[in-house]
Amino acid sequence: MTDLISLAVIGASVILLLVLTLWKRKSPTNLRDIPALIRLYHALGLSIEDGTRLHISLGRGGLLDARGGSALAGLAMLRHIAEQTSVSDKPVIASAGNPAIGLLTQDTLQSGYNAAGVSELYAPSSGRVTGLSPFGYATGAMNISQNENVSANIFIGHLGAEAALLADAADRANVIVIGASDDLVGQSALFASSQDSLIGEELFAVGAYLGAGVSHRASLTLQDLLRWLVIVALLGGAAAKLLGVI
Amino acid sequence: MRVFTAAIAIAVGILILGGYFYPPLAAVQTLLLNWAIILAGAATLVGVFNLIATHTYKIRRREKDSAYSALLIMGLAAALIFGIALRPEHQIMRAMMDGIIIPAEAALMGLLTVSLLYAAIRLLRRRADAMSIVFLVTAALLILGSATLPLGNIPLLDIFSRWTVQVLALGGARGIIIGVALGALTTGLRVLFGADRPYGGN
Repeated sequence: MTDLISLAVIGASVILLLVLTLWKRKSPTNLRDIPALIRLYHALGLSIEDGTRLHISLGRGGLLDARGGSALAGLAMLRHIAEQTSVSDKPVIASAGNPAIGLLTQDTLQSGYNAAGVSELYAPSSGRVTGLSPFGYATGAMNISQNENVSANIFIGHLGAEAALLADAADRANVIVIGASDDLVGQSALFASSQDSLIGEELFAVGAYLGAGVSHRASLTLQDLLRWLVIVALLGGAAAKLLGVI
Repeated sequence: MRVFTAAIAIAVGILILGGYFYPPLAAVQTLLLNWAIILAGAATLVGVFNLIATHTYKIRRREKDSAYSALLIMGLAAALIFGIALRPEHQIMRAMMDGIIIPAEAALMGLLTVSLLYAAIRLLRRRADAMSIVFLVTAALLILGSATLPLGNIPLLDIFSRWTVQVLALGGARGIIIGVALGALTTGLRVLFGADRPYGGN
């Protein structure tokens, strides 16, 4: 029964995603203001203008576990930012705490440079694996914020409590910190220690807000629809339980 | 080439997803996941080489703090050589673990506590809004509710703490986790159908 429900949800999501993608091509989407993403947008422009760089920390989530979703969302954002900042004097640096994501980081950066038509400017050293344990990753990534002329540090991916160390190091170097994590501990650490943080599913909205493509806007609308479905199911279940139906 | 890699990725993704719902595909799913684990192991080696290359570059350019980079490479080489020669269970390897890695991680954990406390103190300077005030007041009350105080517990505070943790915080946490799961689902579908290609596609 559970398998059938899961299959139905995935099947319906696939169909809805395709329909919404076709629909969103023609109609614009109105997005509510999220302060962290407005700041991110400004930080992007600022880094190109004043010759500083962005540091994107993709966390230590891998592809073979449940934390892969946030890493993939981070890679989608990185792809877009790499293309936008490829002509900057100081190109973006991305760090990861998982080797597979580290490899994909390099591949994604290269794709961004190719798409911008400046493939010769791509340097493999801009995608780095800074450590394999949570604190190992954090200490390696802290070093980038402090020593590589970074103006904004964007955390997006699976980060736990170590995010507070990263945010603190960036703060001491007067670097703007924008944080998003799929981990509850990481989210609270980032809420307390960054200027702006993204809560919950806002992490997956970054692509749509940065204009990464129609599929991102469609998936954001799909998320909203699924959320309403969950709300109706929860309220319906509670009401049915109250009435003794189930 | 791009179409070819996308076709492989999409086919593999559909086969692995199908394995969860259609039992005859379970064997193929296991095989593909085993290959993925082997590739992830190889990626770890590549990640270590990436780490060495980055720090070697810093040493060559005599960048700031490059002495730490040299120390890292020496430590990495020593751990690798001794690990291969002596095996990880050897006394020297255990001493390296107990004497260097565990104390270093414990020190960072201590530093993290101070960082979080400092961040909480500075929160209202950074962002003076209603949510920050709720966050700080809740954190302070929960700490007071769980701490052993010299004059005994504050009346009703432990009930408030328990209710906050078991009702408000748990409900909020579940809501956030459901939101993250929905976001991960839609992101996964985008990758599955090739709309996002973090594997070399433009």
